[in-house]
Amino acid sequence: MAEGIRWDWLGRHADDITRLTVEHLALTGAAMGIALAVALPVAFAVRGRRIPFAVAGGVADVLYTIPSLALFALLLPYLGIGRAPAVIGLAAYALTMLLRNAVVGLQGVPAAVKDAARGVGMTPRQLLWRVELPLALPAVITGVRLATVSTVGIATIAAFVGGGGLGELIWNDGIQRDLFLTPIVAGTVLTTLLAVVLDAALLGVERLLTPWTRRGRA
Amino acid sequence: MSIDGIRAAFNDPNLDGPGQLWTHVQLSLIALGAASVVGVAAGVVAARSRRRFAAFTVVMVSNLGRTVPTFALMALVVALTTYGRGPALWALTALGVPPVLLNTYAGVRGVDPGVVDAARGMGFTPAGVLTRVELPLSLPLIFAGIRISAVQIVATAVLAAAVGAGGLGVLILSGLANGDDDILLAGAIPTAVLAISFGAVLTIAQFILTPRGLRPRFAAHLRAPSTPSPSPTEEDPSS
Repeated sequence: MAEGIRWDWLGRHADDITRLTVEHLALTGAAMGIALAVALPVAFAVRGRRIPFAVAGGVADVLYTIPSLALFALLLPYLGIGRAPAVIGLAAYALTMLLRNAVVGLQGVPAAVKDAARGVGMTPRQLLWRVELPLALPAVITGVRLATVSTVGIATIAAFVGGGGLGELIWNDGIQRDLFLTPIVAGTVLTTLLAVVLDAALLGVERLLTPWTRRGRA
Repeated sequence: MSIDGIRAAFNDPNLDGPGQLWTHVQLSLIALGAASVVGVAAGVVAARSRRRFAAFTVVMVSNLGRTVPTFALMALVVALTTYGRGPALWALTALGVPPVLLNTYAGVRGVDPGVVDAARGMGFTPAGVLTRVELPLSLPLIFAGIRISAVQIVATAVLAAAVGAGGLGVLILSGLANGDDDILLAGAIPTAVLAISFGAVLTIAQFILTPRGLRPRFAAHLRAPSTPSPSPTEEDPSS
């Protein structure tokens, strides 16, 4: 098994590798979009209420515990082979981290600040958009970062159900071709890089969106 | 696709569902046990080490280890060695270590120095301080790490089937390859039930093993940072 890295193979398949990287990003992005669209309204609805939060958090936790390949497999008879079971499954994993962080963020908004906002005549909608969400943003984005990093990793399993992405390099080109090392290493390095880069990018977004959390110059 | 069909597929002697389930449990328990021992030991050593640089390196490597996808890690270990149960076990153990290590490190580091001083003043030996003060106080965090590892190990053990180690993944992969939903679900449903049971057992164990004074009340739980996230607390866990 002491084969080295076959750089010529990588050169010949550069187009495929680029396509799979883009697919991987698309899978991650679609899953995160769906997860956010579900988690934020739910977090807003259950914030500050024990039982609804325990129920929503519990359901998200159980989904998180189910192994990814098993979850994709459970969805497959209903959604068919392809991207759909992968994206829905990935979104389910991201849910628990997003939900918990969003609830923690919303609950961390001081009551005095909300009172003051009401006192200056803000409507409930203004209160949400201009006070609660901005103040909860750092916690929400921390959740997005955690969820994104783990989604990039789990998206490698999408290849098993025909969902594409960098997992194809590892599974179809690597393991299924008698443990061909080169695509396995390429897939591993690229997914890890993708996770690190996306994490750093989201940290940058957080900085941009929450300028008030930066310390002023002394 | 029917309940009877799924049951028949699970008990099909060629697929050997019960045998694969047992293999899956064995793989997961051995890897989790080994990862917990290594993770706690390394975490304690790193947390108490006077060599700050060495400790820093261990923590950095563990953090990096968490960003490598578990499936990729398993494929890499197998590609560098060979198909089979042994390499799969090594990979499962390796990916289980970082969460335990990081949480143990954070837990031991987060113990109030005053409490350690008080224990010393009462004549505790260094070993006594560790086993009777530092570790019990860190247990909630250590167990949170073990639970994160358990979820990842049980999940990745499904993929062990792809590298010839057996387990319930054999049924899922066979179902996928043959386009047979009964076989697919005969693998997927027991896998899901097994993983959820593992998580539940560890949650209960964590509660029982936590010293009574440290058990969170519900209100505190609401405010606590997200425990099921794969990111262990790296800062002061009491914050």
